[in-house]
Amino acid sequence: MTYRDALREALREEMLRDETVFLLGEDVGRYWKGAFKVTKGLAEEFGDERVRDTPISESAIIGVATGAAITGMRPVAEIMFGDLSALAMDQIANQAAKLRYMFGGQTKVPLVIRMPFGAGVNIAAHHSQSLEAWFLHVPGLKIAMPSTPYDAKGLLKTAIRDDNPVMFFEHKLLYSIKGPVPEEEYTVPLGVADVKREGEDVTIFATLYMVHKSLAAAEMLSKQGISAEVVDPRTLVPLDKQAIVDSVKKTGRIVIVTEDCKTGGVSAEIAAVVAEEAIDYLDAPVKRVAEPDTPIPFSPPLEKFVIPDENRIIGAVKEIVR
Amino acid sequence: MTLEKGKMIEVYRKMLEIRRFEEKVYDLYGENLVPGTIHLYAGQEAVAAGVCANLRSDDYITSTHRGHGHCIAKGAQLKRVMAEILGKKTGYCSGKGGSMHIADFSIGMLGATAVVGAGLPIAAGAGLSIRLRKTDQVVACFFGEGASNQGTFHEGINMAAIWKLPVLFVCENNLYAMGTRQSIVMAIENVADRATAYGIPGVVVDGNDVMAVYEAAREAVERARSGKGPTLMECKTYRHKGHSRFDPAAYRPKEEVEEWLKREPITRFRARLLEMKTLTEEEADKIEQEVVVAIEEAVRFALESPYPAPEEALEHVYI
Repeated sequence: MTYRDALREALREEMLRDETVFLLGEDVGRYWKGAFKVTKGLAEEFGDERVRDTPISESAIIGVATGAAITGMRPVAEIMFGDLSALAMDQIANQAAKLRYMFGGQTKVPLVIRMPFGAGVNIAAHHSQSLEAWFLHVPGLKIAMPSTPYDAKGLLKTAIRDDNPVMFFEHKLLYSIKGPVPEEEYTVPLGVADVKREGEDVTIFATLYMVHKSLAAAEMLSKQGISAEVVDPRTLVPLDKQAIVDSVKKTGRIVIVTEDCKTGGVSAEIAAVVAEEAIDYLDAPVKRVAEPDTPIPFSPPLEKFVIPDENRIIGAVKEIVR
Repeated sequence: MTLEKGKMIEVYRKMLEIRRFEEKVYDLYGENLVPGTIHLYAGQEAVAAGVCANLRSDDYITSTHRGHGHCIAKGAQLKRVMAEILGKKTGYCSGKGGSMHIADFSIGMLGATAVVGAGLPIAAGAGLSIRLRKTDQVVACFFGEGASNQGTFHEGINMAAIWKLPVLFVCENNLYAMGTRQSIVMAIENVADRATAYGIPGVVVDGNDVMAVYEAAREAVERARSGKGPTLMECKTYRHKGHSRFDPAAYRPKEEVEEWLKREPITRFRARLLEMKTLTEEEADKIEQEVVVAIEEAVRFALESPYPAPEEALEHVYI
């Protein structure tokens, strides 16, 4: 099953299971079916009230979803491209994330905000960013980043049932990838990492599409006698620190691979976790492979240059594995 | 005259409660008992009281940084509002919110937001929730004329309009956004004129005449409850104090202040109630005394309440 279909199954199953679940966003309805076709068929099945096309008003999409969430509904809001979350930042970071806390626990905000991140399709600086670090810095938000169809479906179902606002980050290049998804009901818990490949010599920590590039790099490295373990946290909040520490304990080395900008990025936070909790197990410096602090450029050779790839991952591994 | 006698007296009592409450908060601040800052509602009582008199306890409101009056008008307990303002454990938000972020979900008070204009989409969302849950509740969303220049004003009202959501958008136009006079930042005189852009009714009301506010809100609530959609109500009013506690409001011409004080809502309503023989002087004085006692009790409760334990700062981030 594709990642896209897995997401759709999760939405459909949760809408069948709980009538307070509804979808809203730009072009999610019957006419366009979602910019990446994730919501195809859902308006036909559940009606336009529960699969709601909105005006181009990102701030109000999240504000309306938040208002619905604090009054008994479980909205799943879609922001068409992650970059556009900037337009909704007050509603996400100051409202949805903080209402429960500011009001002393009187309310809950069961809200999922889906959006695609990532470069690779040459749509440049306003449609290609990976902005997870912005949200990692906001207490009150949870963050899920599934890399496979299995994780996409299982995490989305859990996110919808969670009583906190969950940022649900997808990747444009993942929608068409295929992977096994069980016929029967299942969920994936938030806060439990998945070792996508076991190895002995080095830990590669990677998220979203970088998991796949890391797996490809690990395969190439194995042919050169280096055994790499690929750890996918699946959620950044909560973060399965133990899985990272356990893996570093085993390998003594870590390369952190993320598509977001290097400075102040997710890789910095993971490096800090390793420094605080696993430094005694390290046999080599922590290495980071990330976007080199530029906006995402348009022209194919430029874009290819800034986005981490297998060669950069292998290069980083080889710097610390001898 | 649609307000029956008992209801009019109740509205009068609410207005007085808000005024005396705010005067007390002002004094407590001067005694260094209120942490942070405060934005007093004194002068605007007719708006909150007149609108909320039309609401049921299961109806919702959203509020602003200048929100004490909205809480009290919707039926919040004075003592718990006061305790929150003083940062006490017994406050509505256990001391996590303070003056600018009070909520009481048990009476449909969905909270004050201190980000100007942020409440409009949230109110529209509560309206959408009502629609999807198929109840006949309504939402009243309070905000100032300053907020009407935010993008959220446009986005929130537009969504409520296209989906005919049961929301009253109540603009309290007190002429100043902090120190910036409306004429400096808007080319129109009436915020309500903007309703035309969304295809909904826009009504200008004397916000210092509680009966006028009540009537306009009654129509808007009826319209909302019957599924006809939102209304933009603009209540022209005036804050008696500065923007916040230490603002002497020197930017307001003396003549303007004097002119508005002549139209002060509580004195006006009291005179009207006496004139209509809804109240006698003695009865009005008695209400006044009862309110003073109630505020004193609230203050005592708040002062005697403990502060939260420091570690409670770590609670309620997630559920």
